[in-house]
Amino acid sequence: MIDPAVVRGPWQSATVTGIRRETARAKTFRLELGAPRRHLAGQHYVVRLTAPDGYRASRSYSVASAPDDSGTIELTVERLEGGEVSSFLHDEVVLGDELEVRGPIGGYFVWEATSPAVLVGGGSGIVPLMAMLRLARQKGRSDLVHLVVSVRTPEDLYYRDELEGPETTVVYSRAAPAGSARPPGRLGLGDLPENCVLAETAYVCGSSGFADAASRLLVELGVATGRIRVERFGPSG
Amino acid sequence: MVVARFTRGFAGRGRAGRDPRLPPGQYDTGDRWPVLTAEVTPKIELSSWFFRIEGLVERPTSWTWDEIHSLPPSSYSGDIHCVTTWSKLGVSFGGVSLDTLLGIAGIAPGASHVLAFTHSGYTTNLPLPDVTGGRAWVVWDYEGKPLPVEHGGPARLLVPHLYFWKSAKWIAGVRVLDHDEAGFWEQNGYHDRGDPWLEQRYQGD
Repeated sequence: MIDPAVVRGPWQSATVTGIRRETARAKTFRLELGAPRRHLAGQHYVVRLTAPDGYRASRSYSVASAPDDSGTIELTVERLEGGEVSSFLHDEVVLGDELEVRGPIGGYFVWEATSPAVLVGGGSGIVPLMAMLRLARQKGRSDLVHLVVSVRTPEDLYYRDELEGPETTVVYSRAAPAGSARPPGRLGLGDLPENCVLAETAYVCGSSGFADAASRLLVELGVATGRIRVERFGPSG
Repeated sequence: MVVARFTRGFAGRGRAGRDPRLPPGQYDTGDRWPVLTAEVTPKIELSSWFFRIEGLVERPTSWTWDEIHSLPPSSYSGDIHCVTTWSKLGVSFGGVSLDTLLGIAGIAPGASHVLAFTHSGYTTNLPLPDVTGGRAWVVWDYEGKPLPVEHGGPARLLVPHLYFWKSAKWIAGVRVLDHDEAGFWEQNGYHDRGDPWLEQRYQGD
């Protein structure tokens, strides 16, 4: 337990100051917080939409940006079919809009770049792990971390211009880029870093099926289950 | 700070035909049942499985898988609500009422809360009145079939009138206490009681 009771503060207003497309189905929203609060890599925010008659819908989204003093956070949102909140964010929100947010939330799936960690993400599960990778790079401690991300095709990879480095591995399950040495296929033992057993903590994020498969591989490589922290993405609209 | 009273352009299509069984801020997940767990799904052998009541009770008691199945069965039909905003309506679970188990162990004077603990090391805290009076179960059947492991099988706690993180998967027992003691999510900022109709999602709600 790193930081107990980390829900800080009530709802606040945030201004959309940047929108960036990551993939055909994912966008990153930069939000300027009215009352900035420093988050930990891995935490999430709740976004709440309110209709004129008071009807509300809210969903949680992981922070993709590393903690910094900018007073802003970045949330990457996958557009889910029929997703009331994600489709509104994708289809309606423009620069300058105000959104109601609450956070940062979560004290378990967090990493402060002070001990070795292995990060394993599937698809949109990369988002909280990206905050961790960015934090490690920002602190000059890339040596502490290895990120393995599995995506179906090259077009599904978030943050692709930023990912490359000796501390990252991208695995393609359905279609790999031309010239790839590794044929497309599910995440396997050989895709995980050999030294992952030395990691103090493994962070696994993705769909439930991916999270279970990735956890099993880590256990096979000798990582104790108590060292594996899992965040599963259910359909959450 | 002034928070915008409503979100520009948001009409809220989720409200059309909204089911009155949905607490505020929840949506109907339909046939899906999202899996949300912070831990690796554990392997639990029925031969070594147990459910134990300890702490402030007259007779601390532990049941094996066969022993707990020999108790009078009890079931729940109704709705469940996850703090991540999905609800699942009209589901059924079978198992044994926690009243039966607490009745055998005998609640001692001064008891006010329980801390539920699991075979995977997870904990969650509950006030005693929320787990007595026909409001809590240990369940192993879902819709008449064995509860799948990813949903907490072989057996989980079921406290359906509170947010579902209180219904601890892979339940191993409850410790009866004379005070409230924050469990796993509660130490991590989630509400100590978690009533979905009051939207008690986080500490301070």
